Amino acid sequence: MNQTPKLNSFRSGPDEDGRFGIFGGRFVAETLMPLILDLQGEWEKAKNDPAFQRELADLGTHYIGRPSPLYFAERLTEHLGGAKIYFKREELNHTGSHKINNCIGQILLAKRMGKTRIIAETGAGQHGVASATVAARFGFPCVVYMGATDVERQAPNVFRMKLLGAEVKPVTAGNGTLKDAMNEALRDWVTNVDDTYYLIGTAAGPHPYPEMVRDFQSVIGTEAKEQVLEAEGRLPDLVIAAVGGGSNAIGIFHPFLDDESVRIVGVEAGGRGLGGVEHCASITAGTPGVLHGNRTYLLQDQDGQILEGHSISAGLDYPGIGPEHSWLHNIGRVEYVPIMDQEALDAFQLLTRLEGIIPALEPSHAIAEVIKRAPQMGKDEIILMNLSGRGDKDIFTVGKILGMEM
Amino acid sequence: MTARMNERFAALKAEGRPAFVTYFMGGDPDFETSLEIMKALPAAGADVIELGMPFSDPMADGPAIQLAGQRALKHGQTLARTLDLARRFREIDNRTPIVLMGYYNPIYVYGVEKFLDDALAAGIDGLIVVDLPPEMDDELCIPALAKGVNFIRLATPTTDEKRLKTVLRNTSGFVYYVSMNGITGSALPDPSLISGAVGRIKAHTDLPICVGFGVKTAEHARAIGAAADGVVVGSAIVAEIAASLTAEGAAGPDTVASVVRLVRSIADGVHASRLVAAE
Repeated sequence: MNQTPKLNSFRSGPDEDGRFGIFGGRFVAETLMPLILDLQGEWEKAKNDPAFQRELADLGTHYIGRPSPLYFAERLTEHLGGAKIYFKREELNHTGSHKINNCIGQILLAKRMGKTRIIAETGAGQHGVASATVAARFGFPCVVYMGATDVERQAPNVFRMKLLGAEVKPVTAGNGTLKDAMNEALRDWVTNVDDTYYLIGTAAGPHPYPEMVRDFQSVIGTEAKEQVLEAEGRLPDLVIAAVGGGSNAIGIFHPFLDDESVRIVGVEAGGRGLGGVEHCASITAGTPGVLHGNRTYLLQDQDGQILEGHSISAGLDYPGIGPEHSWLHNIGRVEYVPIMDQEALDAFQLLTRLEGIIPALEPSHAIAEVIKRAPQMGKDEIILMNLSGRGDKDIFTVGKILGMEM
Repeated sequence: MTARMNERFAALKAEGRPAFVTYFMGGDPDFETSLEIMKALPAAGADVIELGMPFSDPMADGPAIQLAGQRALKHGQTLARTLDLARRFREIDNRTPIVLMGYYNPIYVYGVEKFLDDALAAGIDGLIVVDLPPEMDDELCIPALAKGVNFIRLATPTTDEKRLKTVLRNTSGFVYYVSMNGITGSALPDPSLISGAVGRIKAHTDLPICVGFGVKTAEHARAIGAAADGVVVGSAIVAEIAASLTAEGAAGPDTVASVVRLVRSIADGVHASRLVAAE
């Protein structure tokens, strides 16, 4: 049962029980088990159905705007004086982030399964907006669970979801962040099993979600690989992405996992530092545990109670991480490092001024890691970074911290 | 398996009445008060005790049990202290079966083998772990059965005939039928639907079937007890505790007494159920 995927590839997981090594699995209430097995069956069929793949690709091109560009960040490269820096511009997608890639895929599945109602959880609101968008596009009612703290700090996205016709339900339990929103979405799902599809936004949760979300997001890495090869005639030396639950990261990492020459780095939210509990660095500072349907690295106390964590970025404010990342960490294929709030904030401002791109606070963490590494690398080396979302939603948060008049 | 569970259900069957299974959260609102509550339950009419293990993220629970867990954790309850509660209870009662109910993560972090040894030593008879479906039996179910700790599984309205076989495999002690799709503490569905479901499960197993989720009053208990081998009451007891607390969330002067009062009244409903059914 605990078979690891074939050793000659890092890309063959999970096994049939949804395990990546010891991570992953299906830790859900019995009420949900038949639903998850149904979903798995439908997903197996859909992924091998040319009609499904055609529709997905067609919506990718005409609705999302794929392929997203690969952009050579010339001024940032000059400024740092080291490796050439390329951004995969997922922030240019419809709705402003990578989240839409997964939502389009899952809404097509929901339609195939005859479901009539969509629920979703959201942290920064990017997944909530993407869910509300595809629900509008396909004519589904949509309920988005969002922590009350996040409702406050991501007000523009709350407004967008409402405009799109979704009902936003603030969750006050716990600290009112992503973890609590996910609990509440699971409670809704267990209550409305007959008609409801749970559109999970990250590569976590019970099998088959981690695999399915990864596959929908892998379009990022597949495109980027072709684009880098076309631009440079070779693979990048380093691929970097920010990791909360980890869907944008696994999306860009996965197609590169078997390319030995490519170093891969995931950037976790270091918050106010790893010394206390005010961070969300599940891998760097957490331990394995079971939450939200899967075994993975978690921020927890010695009694197995889940901690709340903290990040300046609502999208990274989650005490766990997708199970495939936990496995990639354990086997040493991907390196995971923390970036502090202040470093992300500095990177946010630097990119805005140098490249005229306002990044979301989530990929600002990845930019901060690029800022650290690029100067240490040769000018003939190449960094590929996933610029997973745009920062419009964060301008009020950042403005407040910088003391700007709004 | 520990003898207490089978002995209790056999005795109840001989008496011709269903079991009254009471749930409360270990450590709610504090260790000492919940120990007093636990000690008072058998005399108030409880036949089996479900002892809740608090967890920070109780995904299958409604607001009443969520808040109970938060109160317990705030007052320092841990899995080790929940086992202590059972150990202390066993000093005065060695016959009432105790079933631990909760989520897997605290057990996983405690260490499965150590947990099972400590649970047996504390006098635990069974486990209900909400987020361990049959597909995850290697985690805890198989090791528990190997050590003689009952593993009680939930069956739900989404459990169809085919799946029922999977659910009943490796189940022991009793089967907990969840009366509706939803979280603990929701409204009780039509009792006639429930008796149909109980009949369906009985066709596949000789284990007692206890029904819970949504049973709040003596009237409910009487209706459910007519068809089932046991009636589980949880959120109503937990809500009674919550209502008795001081504004600061500490135990009030009537906390234990009001729980006893409620349990006694529901127990009357359970005991009356077969009389009604026989009429």
